[in-house]
Amino acid sequence: MTQPHFPHRHLLGIEGLGPQEITTLLDLSDRYVEKNRSADRKVNALRGKTVINLFFENSTRTRTSFELAGKRLGADVINMQVSASSVAKGETLIDTAMTLNAMHIEVLVVRHPDSGAVKLLSEKVNCAVVNAGDGAHEHPTQALLDALTIRRRKGHLDGLTVAICGDVLHSRVARSNIHLLNTMGARVRLVAPRTLLPAQVDRMGVEVHNDMLEGLKDVDIVMMLRLQNERMRGNFIPSIREYFHFFGLDYDKLKVAKPDALIMHPGPMNRGVELDSDLADDVERSVIREQVEMGVAVRMACLEVLTENLSGGNA
Amino acid sequence: MSVRAPGRVAYINARLLDPASGLDGTGAVLTDGEKIADVGPALFADGVPSGIELVDCHGAALAPGLVDMRVQLREPGAEHKETLRSAGEAAVAGGVTSMVCLPNTHPVIDDVATVEFVARRARQCGLAKVYPYAAVTKQLAGEELAEIGMLAEAGALAFTDGTKAIKSAQVMRRALAYAATFGVLIVQHPEEPSLAEGGAMNEGELASRLGLAGIPAAAEAIMLERDIRLVGLTGARYHAAHLSTAEGVAVIRQAKERGLPVTCDTAPPYFALNELAVSEYRTFAKLSPPLRSEADRQAIVAAIKDGVIDVIASDHAPQDQDSKRLPFAQAEAGGVGLETLLAVALELYHNGHLSLLQVIEKLSWGPARLLGLSAGRLQIGAAADLFLFDPDHAWRVDPERFRSKSKNSPFDGRPLQGKVLRTVVDGRTVFSGEV
Repeated sequence: MTQPHFPHRHLLGIEGLGPQEITTLLDLSDRYVEKNRSADRKVNALRGKTVINLFFENSTRTRTSFELAGKRLGADVINMQVSASSVAKGETLIDTAMTLNAMHIEVLVVRHPDSGAVKLLSEKVNCAVVNAGDGAHEHPTQALLDALTIRRRKGHLDGLTVAICGDVLHSRVARSNIHLLNTMGARVRLVAPRTLLPAQVDRMGVEVHNDMLEGLKDVDIVMMLRLQNERMRGNFIPSIREYFHFFGLDYDKLKVAKPDALIMHPGPMNRGVELDSDLADDVERSVIREQVEMGVAVRMACLEVLTENLSGGNA
Repeated sequence: MSVRAPGRVAYINARLLDPASGLDGTGAVLTDGEKIADVGPALFADGVPSGIELVDCHGAALAPGLVDMRVQLREPGAEHKETLRSAGEAAVAGGVTSMVCLPNTHPVIDDVATVEFVARRARQCGLAKVYPYAAVTKQLAGEELAEIGMLAEAGALAFTDGTKAIKSAQVMRRALAYAATFGVLIVQHPEEPSLAEGGAMNEGELASRLGLAGIPAAAEAIMLERDIRLVGLTGARYHAAHLSTAEGVAVIRQAKERGLPVTCDTAPPYFALNELAVSEYRTFAKLSPPLRSEADRQAIVAAIKDGVIDVIASDHAPQDQDSKRLPFAQAEAGGVGLETLLAVALELYHNGHLSLLQVIEKLSWGPARLLGLSAGRLQIGAAADLFLFDPDHAWRVDPERFRSKSKNSPFDGRPLQGKVLRTVVDGRTVFSGEV
């Protein structure tokens, strides 16, 4: 029997994955990008298998992306939206896991507002678990789709300089991207006001800047992060106006980056908060819509390698 | 366990450890009824007269029973986590003969009736002695003072809002001033609440990696600094519980150097573990205050060694599975500690930081003296609260074997040295393990 593509039972995070494992996933994703663009998009890799999207947090984009990925692979996909604000939310988590586990499913795609919750759940089930975002911890498929987008545009990841800008403190996307880009040999800069940077984040192998013009100087990629509504007024930053003035991306600030620098955003965007609206729609610079397309391909690749492990007995 | 009135018992061939007198040597103890009748190296040198029950200690260490000044009992209110009986059994199995319990029960220990309830229930159990702390503020709300004078009269040993810091400087000032009126001690959970709010672990690189909100070490030092200013203003006695940081230790050190009536304790997790114990979102290592950095841990060890930290207490905080098997941020904080207190503290002896006598001092005579309890001494006329232990016996922590109802130990699986062989309260053997 051949070596499995991906020697892990779950995809809980990027931290701990090696460059070869990431490359394997990106190569497979690349093939699905082409497949998805062709007329004959449907494949049967997951025919007869069940994927459940278990979301304890609202999400339309990520859930739809996973749903489409599962369906394109021929799997039966079920969406479950669970309220995380109910009183016994922890009980719900474990109980839900046990219940779903008894139904003989192959993959559980989980999003949860608490860091570590997806790992806790993965310890209670026999199926493969994909982390679709846990608290401020990780969002591995987002980092993979970002990497795929960059690799297809730039041809490689190593040696690139990537600036991740905005609310790093609360961002699982930032953390997964830091791990992935560092592992693949890119240089990572973080640009944010100090209230939105995690403690001792410099120890995670990144350069930290508090000034956009310094942080964006000569970068190849600018990744903007979403600023959550509840953090916009008073607590972490004084106002949207002030935030956009200093940390919002516009054509002026972008001038210091490389002339061919790409702009990325995990969505959904706050136009005029973290990103100038015209810039977001500038097809010369913004690859935001491409990221969405890559998302489906990356999730297909992840679902495929994890189910392959299950049937190959490599769990 | 036997409830008959004890007669005279001779404990011979013991390694006597009495921190109050500095005694560390071979000898014997005679108990008569509830009291120690005689003690010393020469006692029974010519044999034990007949009519006295004989306990041959075979060279094991005999010390005053441990006085644990920070225990959370869950009775009344959360008996599914711990009862006075289960805590009492855990205590005596750990060599603890006196424990002081926090008022964060339901109902809160903030009135005379609840103080008396706890005292009565503990007496009925007849295991370790239980002394309640009463609340500083009504319902632990941090607003109105509880009836400190009447509570003290009813038997409240000292006053604390338990696991909650007294947030308002004005309330704390008045609590200290009022407590000083009656000469009673205020015990604070030193953590600035707004800095700790929402935090689940120590702030730093690991919290950033795990995506968990952190509690900065400065939250401890800030609260201590404020309180020490208020001690200066009021002249009241103040005790800071479970120190966890180097900065906190530095603040207490300075206050002591200035001659202020300030004392502090720490708990085994803070000198035996660091924040790495919560890696992989291990909720059993989620404590309050959180486990800190390795540099903090080392500072706690140094402060125990040089005496800035007066006492080691278990900080026993029972939590059931349902409170711990949760995503990290939602899980309750705290770990059980009564049955690992001695053996983890003995790591300080086995690692060469303290002598055996010094370890026992931090666990018995130290807290007894601080709280004004007539315990923690091998002295003629003192209560016969003793325990016999083998400081070298190796074992591994298996929470399933705990007598405590809750099994949430941050030391699960840890190899330890030091085993309790027998525990005696008021002359009665209330625990005996296999020798």
